[in-house]
Amino acid sequence: MSRVNSVLLPAAVVVASVVGLLLLAGTNPWDPLKIIVEGSIGWPPLEEGAARKVGDTFMVWVPIALASAGLIVTFNAGMWNIGIEGQIIMGAIASAWIAREISVSRPILVFLVILAGAVGGLLWGLLVGVLRTAGGVNEIFGGLGLDFVALSLTTYLIIGPWARSGVASTSGTDPFPEDSYLPALGAIKLSPLAVGIALLALVGVWLLFKGTLYGLKLKAVGRNRPSSFLLGIPTNRYLLGAFMICGALAGVAGTSQALGFHQRLIPAISGNYGFLAILVVLLARFRPFLVIPISFFFAMIAVGSSSLQLRLDVNPSLGGVLQGVLVLSAMFGLGWAGYRALKEMSASEAKAGSG
Amino acid sequence: MINALVDMFDTATIASIVAGASALMFATMGETISEKAGVINLSVDGSMMLSALAGFVVAFETDNVWLGFPAAAVAGMIVALVVAFGSIKLSLNQVAVGFVLFALCTELSRFLGQSYVGRPPVGVPAWDIPGLSSIPFFGPVLFDHNLMVYLAYITVIATYLFMYRTRRGLELQGIGERPEAAHARGVPVNRLRYFYTALGGALIGIGGAAFSLDVILGWSDRPTRNLGWIVLAIVIFGGWHPLRAAIGVLLFGALQAYAINLVPEYPSLSQVLPSIPFPAMIVVLVIVNWKALLKWLDRYPFLRAILRSDPPTAIGTRFEVN
Repeated sequence: MSRVNSVLLPAAVVVASVVGLLLLAGTNPWDPLKIIVEGSIGWPPLEEGAARKVGDTFMVWVPIALASAGLIVTFNAGMWNIGIEGQIIMGAIASAWIAREISVSRPILVFLVILAGAVGGLLWGLLVGVLRTAGGVNEIFGGLGLDFVALSLTTYLIIGPWARSGVASTSGTDPFPEDSYLPALGAIKLSPLAVGIALLALVGVWLLFKGTLYGLKLKAVGRNRPSSFLLGIPTNRYLLGAFMICGALAGVAGTSQALGFHQRLIPAISGNYGFLAILVVLLARFRPFLVIPISFFFAMIAVGSSSLQLRLDVNPSLGGVLQGVLVLSAMFGLGWAGYRALKEMSASEAKAGSG
Repeated sequence: MINALVDMFDTATIASIVAGASALMFATMGETISEKAGVINLSVDGSMMLSALAGFVVAFETDNVWLGFPAAAVAGMIVALVVAFGSIKLSLNQVAVGFVLFALCTELSRFLGQSYVGRPPVGVPAWDIPGLSSIPFFGPVLFDHNLMVYLAYITVIATYLFMYRTRRGLELQGIGERPEAAHARGVPVNRLRYFYTALGGALIGIGGAAFSLDVILGWSDRPTRNLGWIVLAIVIFGGWHPLRAAIGVLLFGALQAYAINLVPEYPSLSQVLPSIPFPAMIVVLVIVNWKALLKWLDRYPFLRAILRSDPPTAIGTRFEVN
C-alpha cells in the first residue's frame, strides 16, 4: 500500500502542478508535452529530421550522464559536489586550449583533447577537495565559489585572449579546427565515442561500488568518517580521490560540450548540466543504471523545451520546473512512505507491548 | 587603483553601500535565525528569486509597493516550511531538499515572471529623516535612505537583542545547540524549529522583495545574481552571530563596490571583476577555518572572538522525542 502511494502520490503531484501551471500560463497541457517530444526525438517516430533531433538529445544526455556518474562517487563519499559546474567548465576550457594550440594527426588530437578535459576537471575538483580537507571550507561553498570563478574565466577568454577574429563578441569563440571535433556520424551531431565513454563511466562507477575494496572504503568514509578514520582508512585521501574521479568525469562532459556539441567555446558552456545531474542522481537514488533512463528523460526535456517559446509562447523554463517538481515530489513521496512505515511499526510494537 | 581606493571612501559611495546592503541584510538575518535553530535552508537564492517576483507582481498589480513585502514574506515562508517539513517530519536530508528547492524556485520564478520582465518598476519612496539627515557624513550615510533600509538595520539589532538578551532567544540557541537539554527543560524543540525556520524564510523573502522593489528595481531574468549563495557564506563568516554577519554583509558590499569601481581602469576585466566576491568568499572561509591561525589567536581572546566561527552543535541534525 505505502509502496503504491510512494509512486502514485508524487506522480499525481507532478501532473497536477504542471497542468495547473500551464492553465495559469494560458495553454492547454497537451501541446507543450507534444512539442517537447517532437523537439527531442521527433513525432511521429522516424519522421524526417528525427535522426538529427535524437542526435542532439544524445549529445545533451552525454554530459548529464557523465556528470551524474561522477556525482555518484562524491555522494557516496558523503560530499555535496556543487562545484561540478566549474569542473565541467574547466574541462571544456582545457580541451579548447589543446584544440586551439596543438595540431597533430586527428586520432591523437581527439585523444589529447579528451585527456585534457579529464585533467582540467580533475584539477578543479581536486581544488574543491583540498579546500575541504586542508582548509576546512565546506565543499558546498568552495565548489560554488569555484563555479563562478570558472564561469568568469570563460567569459574573460571569450572576450579577451580567445576573442573572435574581426568583431569582438560575447557570443563565443570562433569554431575550433575541425580535426579536434569528437568524431560524429556525418551530418548528425551524435558522437558514438562520447556516448560510449558515458556508458563506460556509468558501468565503471557501478563496478567501483559493487566489486572493489576502494569503493567499499569510499562508502564507509561517506557513511561514517570518524569510524572509518579510526579503522585506519586515510579518510582525507579518499575524499580527495572522490573529488578527482568526479572532476575528471565532469571534465570529459565539458569536452563533449566544447568539441562535440558546440564545437566552440560559449559563455554558458556547461549548459547547467552539472546542477541538472545533481537532480538526476537524487532522483535515481545514487544508482548508476537508473541514471541512464532518467538522464535521457531530462535531456529530452532540456532539448524539447527550447522550442516552447517560439511555438507556444511558453517560457522554456517550464522544462526546469517539470524536472524540479519531479525530483521534489519523488523525495517527499519516499520520505512520506518511510514515515508511514515507521509509524505503523511503532504502532504494532506498542500493541504487542500492551498485549 | 589608488584613485579607485580613494573614491571608495567618499560619502556617497559609503551611503550607497549601506543602502545596497539592505536586501542581503534581511536574508542574512533570516538564514542566521534558521540555522541557529538547527535548520539549514539552502534554498536561499531560489527563495529570494521567487519572493522577489511575488513582491514585484503584487506591488505592480496593486500599485502599492508596501503590499509587495508581505507577499514576498509569505512566499519565502512557504519555501522554508517545505524544508522544515521535509527534514523534521520526513527525515529527509536538509541539504538535498534545499538544493532541489533552489533549482525549482529559480525555474518557477522565470516561468511565472516571463510577462513581468521589463515592466516599469515600483520603488520604495525615499524618506530622509528630518534633522538627522543633515548631520555631515553620518546624515547621508545613515539617515538619508528609505524605510526598508532603516528596517533592515533595525532587524539586525532586533535579532541580536532577541537572541542574546531574552529568554526566548536563549531557547532558540538551545534548540540549535543542545536539543535534548532544551527538550528536558520543557521546550517544544520541533515546534520551535518550524516557527524559526518559517520566520527566517519570511525574512529571506523580504530580502528578495528588497531586491525587486528597492535595490535593483523591477523584474529581470535573474535579479539576485547568485547573491543568495553569498548569504549562506556570510552566515558562516558571521559565526552565526547577527552583528558579525551584518558586518560581513557590509564588507561584502564594500568589496563589490570596489571591484565595480575598478572596471573603468581595467576594461578587459569587466566580466571578471564583478565576480571577485566569490573567490573572496573562499579566502574568507579558509581564514575563519584556519586551525593554526585560530590556535595562535587563542592568546588574544579579543581577536579570537572576532574570528571564531563555530556552528550551532545540532545544525542539520534531527531531533526525535523518545
